[in-house]
Amino acid sequence: MTDIHDTRSQMPLGLAQRGYTGVIQHLSAKDAGSALSDVELESRLIELGFVEGARVEVLHEGLVGRDPIAVRVDSITIAVRRREAMAIIVA
Amino acid sequence: MELPLLHLALVGTPNSGKTSLFNALTGSRQKVANYPGVTVERKEGFFVTPLGRQVSVVDLPGTYSLRGRSPDEEITRDFVLGKATGETVPDLVLCVADSTNLRLTIRLLLELKRTGRPMILVLNMFDIAARRGITVDVERLAKELGVPVVTSIAVRKGGTADLLSLTDEISAKLAAEPGENNWRALSVAELRATQREADRIIADCVSLPARPDTWTARIDAIVLHPVGGLIVLAAILFVMFQAVFAWAQPLMELLNSGFDALGEFVHATLPAGLLQSFLQNGVISGVGSVIVFLPQIIIIFLFILLLEDFGYMARAAFLMDRIMGGAGLHGRAFIPLLSSFACAIPGIMATRVIDNKRDRLTTILIAPLMTCSARIPVYTLIISAFIPAREVWGFINLQGLVMFGLYAVGIASALAVSFLIKFFMLRDYAPAPFMLELPDYKMPRLKSIAIGVYTRAKMFLHRAGTTIFSMMVLIWFLASFPQPPAGATEPAIDFSLAAIIGKALEPLLAPVGFNWQIAVALIPGMAAREVAVAALGTVYAIEGGKEAAEQIGQVLATKWSLATALSMLAWYIFAPQCASTLAVIRRETGSWTWMAVTFGYMLVLAYAASLLTYNVAVAFGAG
Ligand SMILES: Nc1nc2c(ncn2[C@@H]2O[C@H](COP(=O)(O)OP(=O)(O)OP(=O)(O)O)[C@@H](O)[C@H]2O)c(=O)[nH]1
Ligand SMILES: [Mg+2]
Repeated sequence: MTDIHDTRSQMPLGLAQRGYTGVIQHLSAKDAGSALSDVELESRLIELGFVEGARVEVLHEGLVGRDPIAVRVDSITIAVRRREAMAIIVA
Repeated sequence: MELPLLHLALVGTPNSGKTSLFNALTGSRQKVANYPGVTVERKEGFFVTPLGRQVSVVDLPGTYSLRGRSPDEEITRDFVLGKATGETVPDLVLCVADSTNLRLTIRLLLELKRTGRPMILVLNMFDIAARRGITVDVERLAKELGVPVVTSIAVRKGGTADLLSLTDEISAKLAAEPGENNWRALSVAELRATQREADRIIADCVSLPARPDTWTARIDAIVLHPVGGLIVLAAILFVMFQAVFAWAQPLMELLNSGFDALGEFVHATLPAGLLQSFLQNGVISGVGSVIVFLPQIIIIFLFILLLEDFGYMARAAFLMDRIMGGAGLHGRAFIPLLSSFACAIPGIMATRVIDNKRDRLTTILIAPLMTCSARIPVYTLIISAFIPAREVWGFINLQGLVMFGLYAVGIASALAVSFLIKFFMLRDYAPAPFMLELPDYKMPRLKSIAIGVYTRAKMFLHRAGTTIFSMMVLIWFLASFPQPPAGATEPAIDFSLAAIIGKALEPLLAPVGFNWQIAVALIPGMAAREVAVAALGTVYAIEGGKEAAEQIGQVLATKWSLATALSMLAWYIFAPQCASTLAVIRRETGSWTWMAVTFGYMLVLAYAASLLTYNVAVAFGAG
């Protein structure tokens, strides 16, 4: 546990500001409060490439409530709402 | 011996170029655009390989997995698994990948392998990958995956040559008995493990330069800016409607005078009588009055196609997500609704990308409120006749501004209806998630834009030649027979069936300011909205008699009050005047009830809006 990254505290991607970069630590769908079931939400996030170890960067935010966000996940850009992004724990 | 037909299927993540590949292989012209979820149906095409093998290839909707979360993904799943009734399972699956973005496709491919179908991995868009300095060790990738791999450039001539020869090679030695189908829906843990495996293989076989597409980043910095982005979106829509008016005008006038000249020529050369009246009033005044709108239709499609090909659509969906979410709409509803500006039918079909049933239904119900291109003739005709072509604030064309306003009212009422549906019917509603890939921008390709515009123009003319023409024959007949008794002093048309029908309906429509001529025009207007324009053209042409060489717009300006004109515009924002749309709603919802609901609510809105508009206008002295 000497890596600099590990000293950064973990937080949900749903709270990240524009310009944030980090690495996905784990997924935790039950904290997200999405309309989807936990299993479904996790499956969808993984299918879009949100897996442990992937680098993410918050590129853009919407106007109302700074929602949704456009996230760079490795080589692609995905738009998600902050509510669903709460399931993605990053550091 | 003649070999049996080889069945191929194109499977892959959305926007990887499956349809482009399909078009390249078969020479078809299926719709291609730069956003995920373009294809929502399966389409079969045929071609012959270099070695002479007959092949059937099926293009399928893009999908991230075989779970089938939404109606379009179910189509792909059922086809690949051979669940679709009466379908043969594909002999060979072409798994199509966007080479610049392999992670998701390789995971899909690992899942597909479990189906036991023979497969090829097609690394498409290899030109873009090469330009960005991405290199792929194709041989190693094939070995790691246990699947043949080939590169392709679907949009370049000869870009599929390698794929074709590999298909020949593989089809020659396809085993009669393909592998067993071990597919079942992956659990979360399996899914995660599969993605890990995919990432490992990619790390071994693909070298990615650390620079993403800088152009996309630069453009997005403006276009997705929280405030700037919305301004850009509004500006694009505004320019689009200004262009529909300003740019189309010269061409339309040319067409108009062409038809006038033709009408006069017919009038001068043929002896007075039924044939002359049929050609001049029925065909030329009727069908001609619709065809003159071709330039406007082309301009609006040109804009939409350019935005689609460039990759702007997904961005617009991003910008509009919260605003539409406030009205209770699903984030993925934006693209179907935007396509409905062209025509509600493809718009309603495109709702298949929405996974949640109720969200999909709401979107289907409001799609017809988006101003489709068939309303353009009606709007333009009335606007040009009643709204002066002034400039306001020095640079804005007033007619274009009114047009923009009509579109805006359509959008606003769609949002309002959606809000009411959610508020009254789905109180326990939780907002559906919005997750959408934002593809890199691509330079629109001249050829595909040209083909797109050509196809739409052809469809429009085809309709003018079939639906509109036959409706015109009917209207001409109704407006011409029975002929007046000898010695009658009133205009001949007053004795016709059209007048009888129209006058029977008039009391119903008088409160909204419609005269009997409008009542008659609205009935064939059910077949297609623009028919109403043609019908008015014919009815007034017959009524006007010999001197009716004037254009329909000028006739309206003298026969209608401003209040009637405005009321007619209000009517057309809402009225369910399109039988094909209703038929598609019935098909896509699988229910007559929802079709009836759509028809009913739109009719009520149309009547109410016209009633209000007419009375307010009369109160202001425009009666
Ligand atoms: N440069 C380049 N562009 C390509 C290539 N193949 C496809 N495209 C472009 O990629 C975009 C997506 O192509 P489509 O064929 O519509 O993709 P699709 O897989 O059918 O998409 P869905 O139907 O939404 O699943 C379009 O803008 C195409 O012009 C290619 O090989 N090279
Ligand atoms: Mg497609």
